[in-house]
This record gives sequence, C-alpha cells and structure tokens, in this order.
Amino acid sequence: MTIGNNGMEHQGMGHQGMEPAEIEAMLPWYAAGTLGRRDRQRVEEALRSDPDLARHADLVREELAETICLNESLGAPSARAMDRLMAAIDAEAIGAAHRVSLQGMTRRFSSFVASFSPRTLAVAATFATLAIALQAFLLVDMLTKPAGTYQTASVSEGKPRPGTFALVRFAHQASAAEITKFLETNQATLVDGPKAGGLYRVKVAMTQLAKEELARIVTHMKQDRVVEFAAPSE
Amino acid sequence: MQAPADELLIGRIAQGDRLAMQVLFARHHVKVFRFVLRLMRDEMAAEDVISEVFLDVWRQASKFEGRSAVSTWLIAIARFKVLSVLRKRREEGLDEATAESLEEPSDNPEVAIAKLDKGEKLRKCLGALSPEHREIIDLVYYHQKSIEEVAQIVGIPENTVKTRMFYARKKLGELCKVAGIDRGWP
Repeated sequence: MTIGNNGMEHQGMGHQGMEPAEIEAMLPWYAAGTLGRRDRQRVEEALRSDPDLARHADLVREELAETICLNESLGAPSARAMDRLMAAIDAEAIGAAHRVSLQGMTRRFSSFVASFSPRTLAVAATFATLAIALQAFLLVDMLTKPAGTYQTASVSEGKPRPGTFALVRFAHQASAAEITKFLETNQATLVDGPKAGGLYRVKVAMTQLAKEELARIVTHMKQDRVVEFAAPSE
Repeated sequence: MQAPADELLIGRIAQGDRLAMQVLFARHHVKVFRFVLRLMRDEMAAEDVISEVFLDVWRQASKFEGRSAVSTWLIAIARFKVLSVLRKRREEGLDEATAESLEEPSDNPEVAIAKLDKGEKLRKCLGALSPEHREIIDLVYYHQKSIEEVAQIVGIPENTVKTRMFYARKKLGELCKVAGIDRGWP
C-alpha cells in the first residue's frame, strides 16, 4: 500500500513500531469510533505529532459525514416489507401446526394399537394379511381375465367359435365322477352352462363336423345313463 | 447496551416470539434496507430482500451463536441475498451496467456535478464508486463496522479489508478530482 504525496514518510517507525501506512489505513475506523483502545491510542499519538496525518484525518471525517448523509437520504422501506415478512411467518406457522397435528394423530394411533394384547394384535394381523391377499387375488384375476372390460358382448357372440357343440342336461342322480367319465369317453369339454333348463353346452369336436356326424354323436350320448337330454347346438 | 438486547430478542425469536421479531425488525430494517439498496439500486427488490433476510432470522434464530453482533449477522445475510439476486439478474441478462444505465439515463454527469456544492459532489462521487468500494465504505462509515466485522461480513482477511478500504478512498479521491474537488489526497 502506498502513501499519498503528503510527506508522511517523515513519520518513519515512530508510532510504537507501526508503519505510517498502517496508521493511515486505520484512519477510517478511527473516525468511525470502531478501533480498539490500543489502536486508537496509537492513531491519536500519530495525529498529535504529524500535521499531514491530521489533515488526512479531516478528509476521512468529511467522507464519513457525507456517507452518512447519503445513506440517510435513502429513506426507509414501505410497510410492504413488514407485511410480507409477517405473512411468510404466518404461513410457516400454519405449516408447522399441520405437521404437529399429523404427528399427534400418529401418536394417538400408536397408543391405540399399543393398548391391545399381543394375542388380539396377532389375530388382527392375520385377518389383515388374509384380507390383503384376497384383495390381491381379486385384482390379479380381474386384470388378467381375457374377457375384460374391452371385449363387448356383441363381438363375443359374433365371433364364430371353432368346433362342434351339443347341448346336454345331466340326470339329477349323476355324480361329478360320472359326468367327468362321460366327458372323457366322448372326448367332450364343458364350455358353458348351466343355462335355462339345466342345460350345458359341450364341445364334442375341435373342428366343424358334418350334421350327420354330430347327430350320431348326440344319439350316442343319449344312450348314456348320466344324460337326460342331448341335442345338437350351433 | 443494544447488543445484549438484540441477543435476547434472538433468543425469544428462536422460541417463536413474533413480537420479538417485530421489535428486531423495527430496530434494524432501515439500515439493512439502505445497505441492500446501495448495492441493488432497486427499492422494490431491496424490500423483498429485507423480508427474506428477516425470514431467515426467524428460521435460524436458534442457530445464532452470538459470535458476532446481531447487526453484523443481519448484514452478512443481506449481503449473501443481494449477491444471489445480482447473480440471477446477470444470468437473466440484466447485469448491473444495464441497471445503472436504466437508472441514470440523464445528461452529461460532468455538467451535472459541476452545478453541485462540495458535499453534493462528494455524495455523487460516493454513488459513482464500484459496488465493491461502495460496500466497504458504507460498512465502515455508515454501519460502523470494525475491521474484524467487515472481514466477517465480506469474507476476506482483515488486512485485505484495510487495503480495500484504502483503494476505495483513493478511487473516491480521484473521482472528486475529476468532479473539481481537489482534496490534496491522493
């Protein structure tokens, strides 16, 4: 840092070991009254013995006075600043209250659960698990069914189904095992039913058979004692 | 007497005392506003910044450790906010030079300054300093911050504070000379 052209070099190291430039650099804080006691004493001593430094200090005081004057002329902020601040604080307080309320609910729920015996909790947990599993099964079933919500009834009925079909009503006394055996014997599968009159639609061939062939199969079916009624179907 | 009272207020603010917040605001907002305004030269933006500064105080009062005066803490927060806003403005293309040219599009500054008295000329020159020099002169002369406090606020070593202040004053002297005031220094 250089010193101006005011001959302060003559001070040498006379101010308790401080360089003149150091004293000069402290003048603003000396003028503002913000120097520590020791530094203030050093500056005062230098000012007493150096008229040029004292003149420089006057310049600093002039700058200080005009800086204060300039800042004071800036006025003050409007009430908007305070309003904005308090609105922001209110908003934070509301947010904090909601958080506290949520925490309170969580605590109350925890206390409620804690009041049950371990056995009750275990039973409740089992039921909850079963309910969740059932719900999951229903959801998977609903989502994976091919005849979903996107297939209309008209489209379904309008589609020609491959194969040959017959309508069958089984005897009241026929057991499930007998019906299963009947279907195996005739290489038939149940595809629909029971419909009105207790009729089931069975597929008797994977391909479209001639009417005569279907009639022959139906006649053969009628001879079985588990069948009460049989007729060709579209 | 004021510093301990400020610290007490901060303690109460940390416990959510809104009245303490209002008292602290009333005590310091004008000086913080002027510090911000001198750097930003935009009153609306300066008002927004001081609201943000005191909102930070509301949020962080419990973290205040009392290592510096409350006013120093406030100015340090304000300075950080101002730099963020100015940086954002630069990114958006409205840099400081543009802002200054928008603010003072008037006649030849030399002619304007020549008509003023000495005090007015000096104030005009103070206003013509760079933001860095304006800042340090305001901190030392108006906000009465010690060398150590300026170092804390600006984030530079104490020796750099003295050097920066010296060059700010030197620049002021040069501007004064151009404006027709020969102060005999530098």
